[in-house]
Amino acid sequence: MTDAPHTMSRRQLIRHSAWFGAAVGLAVVGGEVISHVAGTAEAARVQGRPTLRFAQVSDSHIGFSGKANPNVAGSFDQAIDRINSLGYVPDFVIHTGDLTHLSTPEQFDQVKQMLTGLRAPHVFTVPGEHDSVDDAGQKYRSAFGAGTRGDGWYSFDIAGVHVIALVNTLNLKKLGHLGVEQLEFVAKDVAALPDDTPIIVFSHIPLFAMYPDWGWATDDAAQTLSYLRRFSSVTCLNGHVHQVFSKTEGNVTFYSGTTTAYPLPRPGDGPAPKPVTLPAGKLHDALGIREVSYIRGQNALALKERTLQ
Amino acid sequence: MPERVVLLAAAVAVVVLAGCSSPPSGTSPSATLATVSGATPGMPGMSGMPSMPNAQAGTSASVTAPAAPVTGDAVSIDNFAFVPATLTVRVGSTVTWTNHDEEPHTIAASDGSFHSPGMGSQATYSHTFPTAGKFDYICSIHPFMHATVVVTQ
Repeated sequence: MTDAPHTMSRRQLIRHSAWFGAAVGLAVVGGEVISHVAGTAEAARVQGRPTLRFAQVSDSHIGFSGKANPNVAGSFDQAIDRINSLGYVPDFVIHTGDLTHLSTPEQFDQVKQMLTGLRAPHVFTVPGEHDSVDDAGQKYRSAFGAGTRGDGWYSFDIAGVHVIALVNTLNLKKLGHLGVEQLEFVAKDVAALPDDTPIIVFSHIPLFAMYPDWGWATDDAAQTLSYLRRFSSVTCLNGHVHQVFSKTEGNVTFYSGTTTAYPLPRPGDGPAPKPVTLPAGKLHDALGIREVSYIRGQNALALKERTLQ
Repeated sequence: MPERVVLLAAAVAVVVLAGCSSPPSGTSPSATLATVSGATPGMPGMSGMPSMPNAQAGTSASVTAPAAPVTGDAVSIDNFAFVPATLTVRVGSTVTWTNHDEEPHTIAASDGSFHSPGMGSQATYSHTFPTAGKFDYICSIHPFMHATVVVTQ
């Protein structure tokens, strides 16, 4: 055995450092822990700050009531608290869909009200299929669609990063679907961007084939991704599958995020993607939020998954 | 858990400090939106948030227990499947679907001729078929669920 008693793991270091008390804040950047001593070195603070950092939350399913989570509003509130206590104000928060469980006006009102509790300059959303149950997303767009294009898609630039938010939960045949109009939007949207522009794409349903038998894929994703092939850094973040998963295909890395409501089975585990009821006390280990940071000059974004526990 | 309390205090301290000192320019990236002019997608967060107008309340469709189906033309939704997968009825028949799952489902015709609202657990939805034909449908929430109603003269 080659024990190294004096080598701290990162987790130990974080735990240990947390102890230094109120004057020290920590940011984990590209796998390194950078500590900021408040009030002493403003320059160090600026240097250590990622170019962009934001939080992802997903699949709150406000309105769900079942054994798998009898209080989805409570756990979504905890997720909001988790983001508000990260130790910094994220540049924005993205909710990657299934804000509501059944697209009722009351559920949209409730989730919108809850989202105003997030301490962030801006909150972005994309719809899930639960947000567009019976009206092709009309109620979703009346709540969250201001300023978007087409059926709710949009893009923006922040800190040199180009962010594209897509809608793939309308007009479903079997899998997620983007449609011709949205594909044209993406093609034009990125046409003028230099190849080294980092690209981040949000969607509810994965843009990769995570498990097509359960609809965990998007039928026309390949065409969208073809417009993004030339870029050196493409990161796709999705919800829908209620579990953390990642996959890299060429220049594109896909990250499925977890939920704040209830877990779903692993792909193909059982006959259907039914809510999973965990043993007492285990639910909050399966729920969580995600921190994402980007440092200029690095191709890979740094992700940290945080449970609600 | 004293450690957690301390960490949280640290977080608060940093936020408060950041709020008090004048932030150096360029530390907070601002978003430029490549969208339709004037409006910003999403919603402002808490800080500096103007009050948002209330969401437009749409009409709320109800799918709650209607009178018991008058015909035997019933489809059950069990375990993310329509049973039977193919149902044959005569023209003018009313078919009633009942959701026995905990998860919500919908009935959405592939040709767009009928579409239920979201059906919660135990909810029912009925549709009358005035013309003959073969009607494929899916659950629009779980579109891998599909089945057919065949309407004969």
